[in-house]
Amino acid sequence: MLSIRNISKTFNAGTVNERKAIDNLSLELNEGDFVTVIGGNGAGKSTLLNLIAGVYMVDKGKIFADRIDITRLPEYKRASFLGRVFQDPKMGTSPDMLIEENLALASRRGQRRTLRWGITELEREKYRETLKSLNLGLEDRLTTKVGLLSGGQRQALTLLMSVLKKPKVLLLDEHTAALDPKTAAKVLEISEKVVKENNLTTMMVTHNMKDAITYGNRLIMMNSGHIVVDISGEDKKHLTVKDLMDLFSSASGSEMTNDAMLLS
Amino acid sequence: MSFFTSLLNATPGAVAQGLVWGIMALGVYLTYRIMHIADLTVDGSIATGGAVCVMLIRAGINPVVAMLVTLAVGALAGLITALLHTKCGIPDILAGILTQLSLYSINLRIMGGKANQTISVDKYNLLVSQRFVRAFDFSNPIPLLLLLIAITIGAMYWFFGTEKGCSIRATGTNPNMARAQGINTQNDIIIGLMISNALVAFAGGLLAQYQGASDINMGRGAIVIGLAAVIIGEGVFKKVFKNFALKLLGVVFGAIIYYLVLQVTLQLGLNTNDLKLISAAIVALFLAIPYWSKKGAKGALNA
Repeated sequence: MLSIRNISKTFNAGTVNERKAIDNLSLELNEGDFVTVIGGNGAGKSTLLNLIAGVYMVDKGKIFADRIDITRLPEYKRASFLGRVFQDPKMGTSPDMLIEENLALASRRGQRRTLRWGITELEREKYRETLKSLNLGLEDRLTTKVGLLSGGQRQALTLLMSVLKKPKVLLLDEHTAALDPKTAAKVLEISEKVVKENNLTTMMVTHNMKDAITYGNRLIMMNSGHIVVDISGEDKKHLTVKDLMDLFSSASGSEMTNDAMLLS
Repeated sequence: MSFFTSLLNATPGAVAQGLVWGIMALGVYLTYRIMHIADLTVDGSIATGGAVCVMLIRAGINPVVAMLVTLAVGALAGLITALLHTKCGIPDILAGILTQLSLYSINLRIMGGKANQTISVDKYNLLVSQRFVRAFDFSNPIPLLLLLIAITIGAMYWFFGTEKGCSIRATGTNPNMARAQGINTQNDIIIGLMISNALVAFAGGLLAQYQGASDINMGRGAIVIGLAAVIIGEGVFKKVFKNFALKLLGVVFGAIIYYLVLQVTLQLGLNTNDLKLISAAIVALFLAIPYWSKKGAKGALNA
């Protein structure tokens, strides 16, 4: 479904701040894979997702989505393949626009924006139904500005928006990291439900090792722009946090020191 | 008593001017409030609209046709700024300044190298003229201006409710989200700046007819008047005008209020040379108030 072949990305090349974020990385995602991605700060997790999404262009290598070469496609064109939820709850929605307007924008992802009316009565009914499934009471607030919602509500809405038009790949970039634990759990629960219902190929970056083990059918660990661990199937099911830490030490040749990763 | 009679006499003029600038302010509202861009092109494009309109009418072109051309010329000015910004990576404010500056030379060329060109209402069949502003018949410019305002607000209300309009609004408030939802944000910025400057140049054409001349300096500080209208309109009618169309109407009222207040201050004996200073100070103050009240939580420019 998603095929990443030998991609590299260096930031600030040729300056003192030169940083190799992704180094000759390859990854194949099969249809229906739910991959969790972990790794320390600066390991390249978010950069990897941003390269897939086209926020940055790769320096080298190729990216294919559903056998289509998207390596040089601009971000907005790749959007028709991708659903994205970001770490910052503010990033995925338009605060000045109504809940229903945000949803209507998302349901037209990958389509030409015409001079037809931006939202129809039929859609409103559909959105009300879909929002009901989130259990956040948003179905009665279709005409509320998104800027008035809480971070958790905005993330749940962004999640819904990212799958309203079924994407080939869903990219979740630490989408619960900015939320309080209870809300984070709720958003994760919704995420899993949405992924299962739509049988979505998913990549979820997380700082939480327990979540990385609990969710998905495959886990990859990154370090210095490489994939150092790739576990799936039965092996992943029996993983423990301790296993992961040992794997990290042997793969990176250093003790795990990142506090954020130890929290779980 | 003479103060009030002269003020009363000046009121229709202030209203008419407010209506003309109201159309301009709607263009500024589009860039400043919807797209979150402070577009300085307008100081140039309003004068371009005036210059083009006057020269076409002087060449014997029908004023209605001349006004349609001002729309196109304004859109072109907006396009230049938009291309400088989106395709050349120049910050929006600087892109606007560059276009504005170059328009000064272009406007001089349009006006045949002269700093101003007149069109007398005696000689040409102008759409609006200052001379008839107190007339009680259809030569009065105010009914036509009201009609134009209604059409502009109606068109904007419709457009920003369409799929394309919604995508432009998304681009303005959150370009990240817009791109993630498959919106070509660069195109949207181009379209928005073109529409805005078309409106501004159109207002320039009306203004030139209204005052019977176009002047190379007629756009100096136009952005400040436009912003003043937007800010006054929003501030005064915040509580009553919630609907988008009414908010736009509030902006037009803002322009009228601006000219009425200006009229009063002029009657009070204010030196006209100080007008720009006072306008700028008022706008600066109105922009600062929301910033102060939020204790600097957000930048005032894009708040």
